[in-house]
Amino acid sequence: MLFAVPFYAVACVAFGTVDPIFRDAVPQWNPLAWDFTQAQQVFTSLATGPLQGVAVRTIIYVGCAMMLCFIIGFPIAYFLVRHAGKRKLLLLVLIIVPFWVNYLMRMLAWVNLLSNDGLFTRFMKIFGINYNWLDGSPITVILGLVYGYIPFLILPLYATLERLDWRLIDAARDLGANSRQAFRLVTVPMSKAGLVAAGILIALPMFGDYYTNDLLSRSPSTEMIGNQIDFFLNASTQPQTGAVLVIALSIFLLILMLFYLRSTRQQSRQTAR
Amino acid sequence: MDSIMKRNKGSALVYVVWGYIIWSLVPVIIAVIYSFNDGRSRTVWQGFSLRWWFTDPYASVFYNPETRNAIINSLILAFVTLLVVTPLGITLAIGSQRIRGRGSNVVQGLTSAPLITPEIVVGAALLITFTRLFTAVPLGFAAQLLGNVTFSLASVVVIVRARLVSIGPSFEEAARDLGATSWQALRYVLLPMLWPSVMASLVVVFATVIDDFVITSFLSSGVNSETVPLRIYSSVKGGATPALNALATLLVLASFTVLVIGLLGLSTWRKRHGEHGGLRAALADVTQIEG
Repeated sequence: MLFAVPFYAVACVAFGTVDPIFRDAVPQWNPLAWDFTQAQQVFTSLATGPLQGVAVRTIIYVGCAMMLCFIIGFPIAYFLVRHAGKRKLLLLVLIIVPFWVNYLMRMLAWVNLLSNDGLFTRFMKIFGINYNWLDGSPITVILGLVYGYIPFLILPLYATLERLDWRLIDAARDLGANSRQAFRLVTVPMSKAGLVAAGILIALPMFGDYYTNDLLSRSPSTEMIGNQIDFFLNASTQPQTGAVLVIALSIFLLILMLFYLRSTRQQSRQTAR
Repeated sequence: MDSIMKRNKGSALVYVVWGYIIWSLVPVIIAVIYSFNDGRSRTVWQGFSLRWWFTDPYASVFYNPETRNAIINSLILAFVTLLVVTPLGITLAIGSQRIRGRGSNVVQGLTSAPLITPEIVVGAALLITFTRLFTAVPLGFAAQLLGNVTFSLASVVVIVRARLVSIGPSFEEAARDLGATSWQALRYVLLPMLWPSVMASLVVVFATVIDDFVITSFLSSGVNSETVPLRIYSSVKGGATPALNALATLLVLASFTVLVIGLLGLSTWRKRHGEHGGLRAALADVTQIEG
């Protein structure tokens, strides 16, 4: 109940009408009388209009950040499961620590390092790299997303790989597969459901992120959909547009969630077998 | 040959792992160190001092009225949420555990959905609910409390239910066979056994609420309901002093203190009750991942 009612309210504002005098949103509580013209406008704008840039940018940023997260995160999870040995608990604890450090603190740390006289900026100047990191740079935003969300990927990845039956991979090696073949033909197919689930687990909050962007860039040229929702609901007179955007984002994320549920179910079936 | 190759590959990965750990922790450590900076800068070191922590009567974390106000708001919000959400979560977990058959799948799906819903969606939905539908709930503390209860309830239910599943129905049934009423079996047999999961959820909820930014921000109204994360967020944008680093450090300290207390409590409980696993199992309780 706590969860369903708010969504109904969002729909009512999104599909309601606009007061002609005060230009304020009038929610329409009767679903039969919902007016979809406003929603249609926003959806068209997302697909082809002025909001298209934001939508495309969101997908590109999240896609790049996800890829980097996997490139960095997978070897780490793999190492923890296969080669960590006696150090495993220590390494696990160190990898869990960022979980318990406030997200804003971690972003603040980078704002300090990347500002004009920050340590990192000064360090890069030694190599002749003079870059305005905090001035609407897509690289900073993507790296910020990676830094922020990668702990949330490594742990589920670790849990997935930990459950794998590694004897099968050893068997593949014994049967003549080289390490790359064993990885491609045995490890990846066996852990695929878990990898998908872990990826979606961080994709969901990344798609809704606006604070990383806001702290590290603050420029309209790097705005993502979350920034638009935040703007329309908190700082503008068009909460209706904000509500439609929330619905658009929810629909998109709902598809991802269904994928997530499917792959976790697949995974539990695989381990049960 | 094969084992040598394996070791080689492992040793190359060691550097990746330690590199990652350094990358993930050093920026935060630097931020903590700069909270002891003597100058006004958060980026250029000018010597050690405690001025941003205690000694400055106007600008230090503990004396500045704004940061002080934020700290108090954060603590109140976290404790009241704990008071509301813990009993509610335990009840829901026990209740949903009793539902059998097809209904149980639906209930499980519904309780775990909030766990993976992005906060901005929950925050925006609740904002619209409290400003348009239930206008009786004013934005500010009341709305923030309800919002945080909604968001953290799911984790309590999930943690407690995992414990219920591992306990199984046999203890309760044995109590019933020995003549306990269903209430007595619940009160004297089941609830005491749930204690570790209750402790774990207290830790998780406290950390979630005290760290929460998005929902608390969407449902806030001005200075009266400004919590520490909101304060940090709005000051990063301006030219803030190292007191900001000190404030963020406090936030980290708060969640680690609670985490350490919880872990110690959990492992002593386990030891006293003959459940093995110690610290590692306690860690698994809190992170919900089998270590």
